[in-house]
Amino acid sequence: MDDATTIQPLGGPVPYAPGDADAFFAHVGSGGKVEADDWMPDEYRAAVLKFVEMHANSELMGVLPERDWIMRAPNLRRKLALTSKIQDEVGHAQLLYRVAEDLGKPRAAMLQDLLDGKTKFHNVFHYPTKSWADIGIIAWLVDAAAIVSQQALRDCSYAPYARTMKKICWEESVHIMHGRDVVLTLMNGTASQRAMVQEALDRWWGPLMQMHGPPTDPAKDKDLHWRIKAKNNEQLRQEFLSIYVPRIRELGLRIPDAALQYDDGEGRWHYTEPDWAELKSVVTGHGPASQSRLGFRREHYADTQWVRDALLGSATAAA
Amino acid sequence: MSTPPEDRIWEVFRQEAEGDPMVHAGNVNAPDDELAMHYAREFYGRRGESHRLWIVPRDQIAELEDPDLLAPPFDRSHKRPGGYLIKHKLEAAKRRAAGDEPAP
Repeated sequence: MDDATTIQPLGGPVPYAPGDADAFFAHVGSGGKVEADDWMPDEYRAAVLKFVEMHANSELMGVLPERDWIMRAPNLRRKLALTSKIQDEVGHAQLLYRVAEDLGKPRAAMLQDLLDGKTKFHNVFHYPTKSWADIGIIAWLVDAAAIVSQQALRDCSYAPYARTMKKICWEESVHIMHGRDVVLTLMNGTASQRAMVQEALDRWWGPLMQMHGPPTDPAKDKDLHWRIKAKNNEQLRQEFLSIYVPRIRELGLRIPDAALQYDDGEGRWHYTEPDWAELKSVVTGHGPASQSRLGFRREHYADTQWVRDALLGSATAAA
Repeated sequence: MSTPPEDRIWEVFRQEAEGDPMVHAGNVNAPDDELAMHYAREFYGRRGESHRLWIVPRDQIAELEDPDLLAPPFDRSHKRPGGYLIKHKLEAAKRRAAGDEPAP
């Protein structure tokens, strides 16, 4: 637009001048927002990109355990709900890769890095599923642990991510209802169905407690200072426990941690220290299902090459 | 005598506060983007009520009109939080967990 420079920006003084990193960090540090086409320092751009890319990867990989159960869903409504959830999650990956692309990394490069094991996805998606109860526990509790952190991300300083999170949280709330409904139905069923839920909870509790990551030193956590995330790992874990421990226990389920208890005096949950070595090993590709999931994704990516060729007009698709 | 240039319609979107979504505000007609920007600024920005404005030619907007997709005839309640009625199930599970009644 040739004459755009004759029109002054609206909304008063610009909070920071392009190129002024100190003023930029003061802006985001005090709750200011950033749009995709605003100037931002490279370190902020890289930090938001890393965060969003990991989130996108997790949405894309997270559907693989659930995909295995579409054909085994116990009735048509469950099958529709599970299929719909999977569609939602792949949609979240699409929305998030779009946010990440605007930060400068092409989608093809993000997918390639995921397939090559160079970038990460959430620990909970590196484990196998064993029964239909896993589908209830994943949709209820894994999505609940995720939504606790996603709700905090609605205040992210990077506004396109914050707005995307509003849509994602709304859809995740449906998944949680679906998962809780699956669990409740099983808990009202037979003794062996209840045992199946308990067995699933026993397996998933460790990964759930690791999911938000080890406590970090808030003084050194740049993502917090720049308000990319609003709450630290331990705050998120405490919030998850406060909401969900009572909801799990009221169903007669036993949480497999004898040390788990709320301390009224300290106003926080005590629990057995999660296995941080396991978390690190799992997210670097050494989980029980890491390589099979990545292998499936690679195979699928190769199988669908013809679609990309056809749509993107690659020379190899000419025939 | 020269005829005036033909006006185009420009849809205006405004962001009320920093970080808010862009929301449709209205439209202006103007022969070119420069005048459209001035009109939008006068109508939607002169009191400092908009943090950011987008001015988009109406003929560049693609609209999706597909009733089968937007208002599907099938039951899609499994896609909405209200599609899961857990109240009675939850009460039953709690009663059983509390030992008040045997499992069905």
